[in-house]
Amino acid sequence: MSSTNGKTINLKLRIWRQPNSKAEGKFVDYELKNISTDASFLEMLDILNEQLQKRNEEPIAFDHDCREGICGTCGFVINGRPHGHLRGITVCQLHMRHFKDGETIVIEPFRAKAFPIIKDLIVDRSAFDKIIQAGGYISVNTGAAPEANSILVPKDDANLAMDAAACIGCGACVAACKNASAALFTSAKISHLAYLPQGHPERAKRVVAMVEKMDELGFGACSNTYACEAECPKMISVSFIAKMNREYIAAKLK
Amino acid sequence: MNLNSKIPSGHISEKWTNHKFNLKLVNPANRRKYDIIVVGTGLAGASAAATLGELGYNVKVFTFHDSPRRAHSIAAQGGINAAKNYKNDGDSVYRLFYDTVKGGDYRAREANVYRLAELGNNIIDQCVAQGVPFAREYSGLLDNRSFGGAQVSRTFYARGQTGQQLLLGAYSALMRQVAAGTCVLFPKREMLELVLVDEFARGIIVRNLITGEIERHSGHAVILATGGYGNVFYLSTNAKNSNATAIWRAHKKGALFGNPCFTQIHPTCIPVHGEYQSKLTLMSESLRNDGRVWVPKNPNDTRKPTEIPEEERDYFLERKYPSFGNLVPRDVASRNAKQVCDEGRGVGSTKMAVYLDFADAIKRLGKNVIEERYGNLFQMYEMITGENPYETPMMIYPAVHYTMGGLWVDYNLMSTIPGLFVLGEANFSDHGANRLGASALMQGLADGYFIISYTLADFLASNKLGNVSTDHDSFVKAQKDTEDRIKKLLSIKGEKTVDELHRELGKIMWDYVGMSRNEQGLKKAINMIRNLREEFWKNVKVLGDDKDLNQALEKAGRVADFMELAELMAIDALHRNESCGGHFREEYQTEDNEAKRDDENFAYVAAWEFKELGKWGLHKEQLTFEYVKPTQRSYK
Repeated sequence: MSSTNGKTINLKLRIWRQPNSKAEGKFVDYELKNISTDASFLEMLDILNEQLQKRNEEPIAFDHDCREGICGTCGFVINGRPHGHLRGITVCQLHMRHFKDGETIVIEPFRAKAFPIIKDLIVDRSAFDKIIQAGGYISVNTGAAPEANSILVPKDDANLAMDAAACIGCGACVAACKNASAALFTSAKISHLAYLPQGHPERAKRVVAMVEKMDELGFGACSNTYACEAECPKMISVSFIAKMNREYIAAKLK
Repeated sequence: MNLNSKIPSGHISEKWTNHKFNLKLVNPANRRKYDIIVVGTGLAGASAAATLGELGYNVKVFTFHDSPRRAHSIAAQGGINAAKNYKNDGDSVYRLFYDTVKGGDYRAREANVYRLAELGNNIIDQCVAQGVPFAREYSGLLDNRSFGGAQVSRTFYARGQTGQQLLLGAYSALMRQVAAGTCVLFPKREMLELVLVDEFARGIIVRNLITGEIERHSGHAVILATGGYGNVFYLSTNAKNSNATAIWRAHKKGALFGNPCFTQIHPTCIPVHGEYQSKLTLMSESLRNDGRVWVPKNPNDTRKPTEIPEEERDYFLERKYPSFGNLVPRDVASRNAKQVCDEGRGVGSTKMAVYLDFADAIKRLGKNVIEERYGNLFQMYEMITGENPYETPMMIYPAVHYTMGGLWVDYNLMSTIPGLFVLGEANFSDHGANRLGASALMQGLADGYFIISYTLADFLASNKLGNVSTDHDSFVKAQKDTEDRIKKLLSIKGEKTVDELHRELGKIMWDYVGMSRNEQGLKKAINMIRNLREEFWKNVKVLGDDKDLNQALEKAGRVADFMELAELMAIDALHRNESCGGHFREEYQTEDNEAKRDDENFAYVAAWEFKELGKWGLHKEQLTFEYVKPTQRSYK
């Protein structure tokens, strides 16, 4: 089947290669010809990987799974921007029609102390799970729930909670931040649960535990540059960081 | 082998309640003596692990992802069904049960389906309590919408991200247990072998995907919640890493495989656009609530869709099925789309697409309402295709989405291997030959939150299981088998990459074992699959080594298993001389081209026993319908 508009482009790629967490990494240049502009960015890398394997070179390791912008598995830095230059999407949703013929594209992993590089473009983001383990839940055992409609949630609160809960945990916020802060990720979970009545009994304990865990794991402090919001594929608002700070202060003053 | 489904006696509405009372319990002090292995952390796996952890079992949870939250349940868009009847539109547990049995074209077990419908309500309660931000009305009460295959509004949703929110709920419950120490998490581990000791499932062999190390893990029971096998078609809506390896390894160790040919082709996906295409993207079925499906009446119409006048359009679903219209079940919608495209009336550059048009809905409800309902889906569509669906109709085409088939399980969700339980999409149990929308999430969570904790306790209490050491011969042998296989894959050093071979397999499957099947094509497919499998083992090229993160090696193992499973799917499709649900055999259709069942000869679950490669034995579990009498399904 032919592509819908038949346009193709040639590219120069400069990609970070690093065999494992301990080895030194470096940029390696590749050329790629006749890439359909209807292909996605990851399909472009698939094509490169097929060509590399054909000439007995190891393919580039990169994380990906759903390829529709929801699992949060993919993510690396393209020309200095996490998930590329378009707003509100993940790498897997980025298509080659947004690149020019002959363009040089620089691709490197998310860089943050708390996200060590595993191989090539893959980083270890398990620190996010540890932040959630510190309190990103409501303590309800299976079977202990009341009838669903006995809990009323004003529509506006439900919408705000959903805005925050839309976070996919990809780590772009950390990669975008000059301090490698996890404030946007952490505040999104704290806000999601704080806007809902179900989350109220534990809100003070939760915010303190999660914020302290975030600091302990080596993420930097938030200095309000808002780079995180600008690069977040789900456009999570920095107003949740303000919400987290208010929750934290209120909890500490208790 | 005698297949005992263990369906409890009594009236259908009392079976589960009575059964729960009859099941044995494990007292709280004894639970911590049991190690339970859970493989997979989607809705079924995460909910099961969290629930068992809360009860006090020692749970070991394995996922090949870097985090449990990545599992493919996260991508479910539309919603989850429950018969709460909040809309006062005549819904009931019995009606949800009825719709699901009928939707499955009378190839599901009635007792299982009733239990599923019954538990739907508990699931909504549980998820709300966890903080799942379901859509609300202005009153603060929960909102519902309608979905394909039903005439009531019973679907709960969280924008277009219901699966994400439900999974994050289950994930948060699991993280709470990890923090409490009852669940131990093993991320980046792929299960490569099931270990049997004295015929019981007692452990697994996994590969650490970062270091390449092969690990042995033992337990008193093994729970597989590893999802479906739609990626056998290469192009599907499944995530790229979704695979059949865990269930296939278990199948080869003795677990029967139920109805492997029952595959769901989802009607509303973004059409294929190029040879390099890596996956297909689903547009939620909820779009069919407001979108109208049509093609031009004239096959040679080259005008833009917006320039084609009303009277020259064929709204084929509304025309053929006036009472359900665009909301017919998935199998019916898919088949009709294929039919109009086969007639040459498809649209777009490939002519393999139909329009899904929102112009009327936007006129009726306003752009704001449509944006609120489907904003993220419209954005996703535009991102992929470069076209704006507010201005021009979407183009859609069916794609492989879900596999109703899976490992055979009894009413207790136990496979034919004692101690091996199978949950969620990985089992065959509740959807018959066609799954209704918004019921996969329901099944995953019913299995994980509300069924396994009861049936597992009964199994543990009924069998005196000692501890087994991972030094046991069975573990040693299973590890060696795994390592030999990996060595073999790396030693071939052939010419074709794993993806090339996988694409070839996918094409065979789509052409001959896809939306419509016939005897000649299936026989041809079986030969082609065998030849391709032979080629795979002679000519695959996997670079790098095994003591390292090696994504090509991971894929190679999975594709090797798909090459075997594909053959069984074709064999199953060939043996089932009838059409039902998603299984459409061209030889068996009604006068108006609907699936024609043969209840006299095929009202059974086909459960296949692995003998040797290319050779399977068929066992039949007869299905009886006491409550919903099989009729020709009609959505007219």
